[in-house]
Amino acid sequence: MKPAPFAYHRPSTVDEAASMLAATEGKILAGGQSLIPIMSMRLAAPAALVDLNHVTGLADIDVSDTAVRIGALTRHGDLERNVAAYDANPLLRRAVQHVAHATIRNRGTTVGSLVHADPAAEMPAVLRLLGGSVEVVSTARGRRSIDAEAFFVGPLESALEPDEVAVSACFPHPPAGSGSAWLEIARRHGDYGLVGVGALVVLDSDSSGERGGVPDQRGGHPGARRRHRRLQRRGVRRGGLGGRQDARGRGHRPRG
Amino acid sequence: MFGQRIRRVEDPRLLSGRGRYLDDLGHDALAVAFVRSPHAHARIVDIDVSAALAVDGLVAIYTYDDLDGRTSEPLPLLIPHPTLNQGRTPYPLADGEVNHVGEAIAMVVASDRYVAEDVVGLIQVEYEPLPPVVGLAASRDGDALVHADVPGNVAATMVQEVGDAAAAIAAAAHRATLSLSIERSASMPMEGKGVLARWDADDESLLVHTSTQSSTSVRQAIAAKLSIPVDRVEVVTPDIGGGFGVKIVHPWPEEILVPWAARRLGQPVKWVEDRREHFISSAHERGQLHEVEVGYDDDGRLCGLSVRFWHDNGAYTPYGLIVPIITSTQLLGPYKPGAYRVEFQSMYTNTVIVTPYRGAGRPQGCFVMERVMDAIAADLGIDRAVVRERNFIQPAEMPYDHGLMFQDGRPLVYDSGDFPASLAKLKALVGWDEFDSFRAAARAEGRRVGIGLGCYVEGTGVGPYEGGHLRVETDGSVVVSTGLTSQGQGHQTMLAQIVADELGVEMERVRVTTGDTRRFKYAVGTFASRTAVMSGSAVALTARKVRAKALKIAANALEAAVDDLEIVDGQIRVKGSPGSEIDLGSVAVLSNPLRYAFDAGAARATQFAGPVDPTAPPVPEGEQPGLEGTDYYSPVGSTFANGMHAVVVETDPETAEINILRYCVVHDCGTVINPMIVEGQIHGGVAQGVAGALYERMEYDDAGQLLNASYMDFLMPYASEVPHIEIDHLETPSPLNPLGVKGAGEAGVIPGSAAIASAIEDAEGFPITAMPISPSELFALRAQHPRARHPSRKDPTLSTP
Repeated sequence: MKPAPFAYHRPSTVDEAASMLAATEGKILAGGQSLIPIMSMRLAAPAALVDLNHVTGLADIDVSDTAVRIGALTRHGDLERNVAAYDANPLLRRAVQHVAHATIRNRGTTVGSLVHADPAAEMPAVLRLLGGSVEVVSTARGRRSIDAEAFFVGPLESALEPDEVAVSACFPHPPAGSGSAWLEIARRHGDYGLVGVGALVVLDSDSSGERGGVPDQRGGHPGARRRHRRLQRRGVRRGGLGGRQDARGRGHRPRG
Repeated sequence: MFGQRIRRVEDPRLLSGRGRYLDDLGHDALAVAFVRSPHAHARIVDIDVSAALAVDGLVAIYTYDDLDGRTSEPLPLLIPHPTLNQGRTPYPLADGEVNHVGEAIAMVVASDRYVAEDVVGLIQVEYEPLPPVVGLAASRDGDALVHADVPGNVAATMVQEVGDAAAAIAAAAHRATLSLSIERSASMPMEGKGVLARWDADDESLLVHTSTQSSTSVRQAIAAKLSIPVDRVEVVTPDIGGGFGVKIVHPWPEEILVPWAARRLGQPVKWVEDRREHFISSAHERGQLHEVEVGYDDDGRLCGLSVRFWHDNGAYTPYGLIVPIITSTQLLGPYKPGAYRVEFQSMYTNTVIVTPYRGAGRPQGCFVMERVMDAIAADLGIDRAVVRERNFIQPAEMPYDHGLMFQDGRPLVYDSGDFPASLAKLKALVGWDEFDSFRAAARAEGRRVGIGLGCYVEGTGVGPYEGGHLRVETDGSVVVSTGLTSQGQGHQTMLAQIVADELGVEMERVRVTTGDTRRFKYAVGTFASRTAVMSGSAVALTARKVRAKALKIAANALEAAVDDLEIVDGQIRVKGSPGSEIDLGSVAVLSNPLRYAFDAGAARATQFAGPVDPTAPPVPEGEQPGLEGTDYYSPVGSTFANGMHAVVVETDPETAEINILRYCVVHDCGTVINPMIVEGQIHGGVAQGVAGALYERMEYDDAGQLLNASYMDFLMPYASEVPHIEIDHLETPSPLNPLGVKGAGEAGVIPGSAAIASAIEDAEGFPITAMPISPSELFALRAQHPRARHPSRKDPTLSTP
């Protein structure tokens, strides 16, 4: 369980990282909680690693009036513990608490999890549910923002080009008067969920609307879907969801 | 100290990162990686290393053809048995045929492990695949053979019978048959195996560090295999990150190959097992199928019991028949079976070998016997606890001889135990008699709950012997060593408690070493819950011997009679006469008459230091210099601990998730030396019991590939999955040893599957016959039993919809 030989690069700026990535056809190393085990089992053998950990300014959590923006080096644990982010959007903490265990969350990055695009992972589903985006940088094409809808292409496959560095992710705040929840079934606490459901409910004075994102069953299971799916319903009457399943939904029936 | 909750002296060091495990040693050593078979069964046609030879840092590649002398022979069959007439063991490196995925084919030695694994990837092996035999069903079919010269894949058939079971069952008022199965799991210590060998060319000697449960026996094995005089080999265990049975097997191929390569290369060589290697090239356990016939009377008392089972021993049988023999005997638990017949066949499959894992065959036996008890209760409509009570061996019947032969080749005789008292404690602890009201309240909330129990008896402290050596140093410190090994159980603490009491010194003065053949050469090993019984008794006897010697010397120095002396906190004094005393360190000085003074203490023992008796030699006849002693403990038979667990589960009506609401343990391991350590052992055992019941299994496909060979896919429970454990103790001392103790190491795991199956059955109302059980399997069972009723329920209004 030792990786095959690889070159190691340690840029100090984003631009430097992007040019190294383009030059080496390597992989970005941020938290390494998925990449390093895969390399150690020799399931992947990138020729080079470009280590972002010495690039400054990528670990910030910026809570604005409209969104929570996190950098490529924001650890899951930092997001989990950030009070301003929780106050603005409680769903972020509720979901990120289900990502593996504390030690992994202390090292693993949320943006890294988005880029890894595991259909059983929590934070890609949250990004889709909230209609967020990922900002990427390349030497050839500069900076661009990719909407969540377009970002997740398939299991372990994102719209990120091989020469692009994901530098941040933006989670828009839910509308005023909304509530959210995250539920998940896993065999063991902290495992990838067999089924997970994130829900966002928006209430107003005369009608209510609901949006729900469903991270898929683990890849490889019969009937597994390729991507997280987002269900959207409008005009649901108060109390009208109890015990019912959407015609397309296969998820666990809501409890309580 | 004895009986007190002393904090483990090991912990400050281990918890602050100062442990020295195998991989913390030997940073100067060459590293080893192995080419292991990707096939479950294949002939090796060719091994081509040409592409690998150019790798920078490669030192050597070895295959079977390089092995010389006795290293080219199969590894030893450690525990032969007369009925094991088709025993097979592997070669250190495969000789032309591989019999499971993971079997070692080539050994690579390189500058570091990274380079070694690069080389492994470049070695081309050409295979001719052979039909794989996976699982007991395929093995019993016998269409394909694991070993071409072993007909029917049967390694051994063994029968034991007391009375005429068939006749007793036929004559019984009631009869039942059960088909039961248990799947594979494994020890899975956090630290895998590992070996570091240093060859001293000038001294022509080997110093080997290995993560083993038996350093003395590894030493003998290396000496024999490498044809080195045994006094030129020393084997040391560093800190060991868990064993749970898998490290009692020896010599592992690597324990021969690494020292062999170190001698051949004249350089230190180290191999550290990685997790994937541990999954596919160490050992598993548990896989058995049982067919049971039982006859019982109107009260639920056993008249006759006949058990036939098939034991999956994997590809080889280095550890003999120990696991199925234990199953076949310990299955009986605390019960009188009436007439009993047991027959097992130990079967070959193209999978990882099966050797003892904590519990060692007992969890399977307990599961079978407890399923029988629940089946009788369900059939007759008698409370499950009552059926058990009626079948218990009574305290007045102790010692109780089952008329069978146990795993140590000695009669299966229970030395002590009070099973009715244990059950009474358990029922009180869990609230057995109040459960129906809890069930009714839960049902009113739409919840489904059940309660179950499991009882076991465990033969612990298996012989043949262990020894202890104790020396009082001139500074008053006490150095103790015993030959068996420690894997984190707290032996240093437990043994120091015993010595402190026996000798009369503060515990802080006692330093215990285990598993180092430089310190103690005669030992058996750590297995079968035997350390407290065997080494505990041995060091107690040793301490008594040294105490007697100290008193003799002190009596002389204090001009007092031995019988008037006592030792308190390391001071020998005349009882009731304060002021006249001598400390143990000074006695140690006096015990060793010297010519040369190297310090002030030593000066007191030199020839001109005081008056001498010119007619007597400085060392009295029959004595030896030094305040030290050695003694051994060798019992006539095992001592039998027992325990009973009760579990309350809740099953989700929709998802079939199984949650443990309560887990209660009553445990009797005789006299308790340190309750905190015993409870810690129970906690760990219960965790592994829950693991084996609800989470862990080895997912082999039909080709013999282990599909879940990682900690991501093998569901070892985390702390978050292990329930809070409620414990009550009963202390029935053993009459067999000087301390009255029985083993406690394995106990916690034994009734896990039995008790949890009983509880799930109670919640669901249909029989649970196979463990482990997942939510998916429970969900499927519900579909097969749409109108299930609780088998043990007396009140039909409580039946499950």
